[in-house]
Amino acid sequence: MRWSDTGRLAALAIAVACVTASLALAEIPLDQRRSGYDNMSAATKAMQDEDTANPASLLVLDGEALWKRKVGEGGKSCADCHGDATSMRGVSARYPAFSPAKGRPIDIEQRINLCRTEQQKATPLAYESRELLALSAYVGRQSRGMPITVAEDDKTKPFIEAGRKLYGARQGQLNLSCQNCHDDNWGQKLAGVPLVQGHPNGYPLYRLEWQSVGSLQRRLRNCLIGMRAETYPYGSDEYVDLELFLMWRARGMTVETPAVRP
Amino acid sequence: MTRKLTRRDALKTAGLLAVGAATPAAAQVQSFAPGQMEAAIRKVLGEAEIGKGKVRLELPPLVENGNVVPMSVSVDSPMTKDNFVKAIHVFNEKNPQPNVISVQLGARAGKAEISTRIRLATTQKLTAIAEMSDGTCWSDTQEVVVTLAACLEDLP
Amino acid sequence: MNRALISLPKSVKRGQVIEIKTLISHVMESGFRHGTNGRDIPRDIITAFSCKYNGEEIFATQFFPAIAANPFLTFHTVATESGTLTFHWTGDNGFEVIEEAQIAVE
Repeated sequence: MRWSDTGRLAALAIAVACVTASLALAEIPLDQRRSGYDNMSAATKAMQDEDTANPASLLVLDGEALWKRKVGEGGKSCADCHGDATSMRGVSARYPAFSPAKGRPIDIEQRINLCRTEQQKATPLAYESRELLALSAYVGRQSRGMPITVAEDDKTKPFIEAGRKLYGARQGQLNLSCQNCHDDNWGQKLAGVPLVQGHPNGYPLYRLEWQSVGSLQRRLRNCLIGMRAETYPYGSDEYVDLELFLMWRARGMTVETPAVRP
Repeated sequence: MTRKLTRRDALKTAGLLAVGAATPAAAQVQSFAPGQMEAAIRKVLGEAEIGKGKVRLELPPLVENGNVVPMSVSVDSPMTKDNFVKAIHVFNEKNPQPNVISVQLGARAGKAEISTRIRLATTQKLTAIAEMSDGTCWSDTQEVVVTLAACLEDLP
Repeated sequence: MNRALISLPKSVKRGQVIEIKTLISHVMESGFRHGTNGRDIPRDIITAFSCKYNGEEIFATQFFPAIAANPFLTFHTVATESGTLTFHWTGDNGFEVIEEAQIAVE
């Protein structure tokens, strides 16, 4: 553990704590919400906008091939039940969604695996595996340009609240919450880089830092590591609750999947 | 005498941070050799005289992430059978290895312009050199400042 | 598995200068990184790319570790006649990908 890192971020934490001690839950007004896209340079924006330049395009094409591949005991492909991928329009825009089978919301990766195990009678795909990301990117691509619309009803409200609690909870060695940076200090700089509001409107996305496509859970884990907090295992309820809250917080914003981010 | 150049040093040099830097615990990069860019240029182009001009090296002055930096090189040339760009070479100053890309063109290219994405270990200069069909060489140099993402990932 | 994505204009006029964009999936491991256990991560990059237009080489490149992962490269050529463009990537560990695209020239 480097003292320089702790020293710098601890100083920030103290400063932020002093400022936020007296503030109530400072949510961003709906009309002030900005996608991380807005902070990017023109060159990076161009990378996202053009299919032939977007490094995630290759994975989307892999997803297209996987969509048609017959797997499992029944030898069924996604296409056999769902037809053309255009039937997936709007699906990622409303995930995480409540699953009656699980009795709680699940995210799109879990939904894909539910199809694999229950319908295709195949083994579930590992988190962050190429196949799972490819399918998630392909399905997500069908919602590009659409507004985020996760359900806010009696079934999902308790989980949105659980996510909100996680979002506002101080954790880790630096005692920071997501809110400290992304609600209270967005637009200001951390290590020379502008703080984004942290909306999940482009996942899965190609992160330049990863040099590959990754899921929202991977990005949340990066945040937790950055905060020096313990990461939950992949697929934890905590991540899905947080994802649901974040998507609710980004309601109405446009899906950019597969996005590009620094 | 070379010493391990860390991202901390690079950011300090760039004047971006007053206190320390968030360096990833893993993945330390090997250091560069001072003067490596000049040496690499001589290795490729021998004793040829390299003029300034005709070449336009485009890079963002400040990049969000050194892993993926868009770069384009264009050379002012009619690209006819008698007057064309034979090759374009790009060199860097402070990566562990001084070559970036070498490209062979010809009159069939129509336009001497390429673009790609490169990796930059730290803030540094890059030089693009064009070899013309008449044997002359031309160049352009750019300085790029490299910053880091705030929440870096430790290797799993 | 889709390794490469190529884009060129759908139909072109004879003599027109066109831009060809290529994107290929590859980790481009520089060989200069050390892993968490201190071991060197060995180099694994694409080292060369060339494009042939109806069999004649019109463009060739040497890549070095400074090229970013999932190499993106654009270049130009004069549309002389209809036919086939062949794209050839080679690299470390026997890496080889060949893709073709048709070009229709009026």
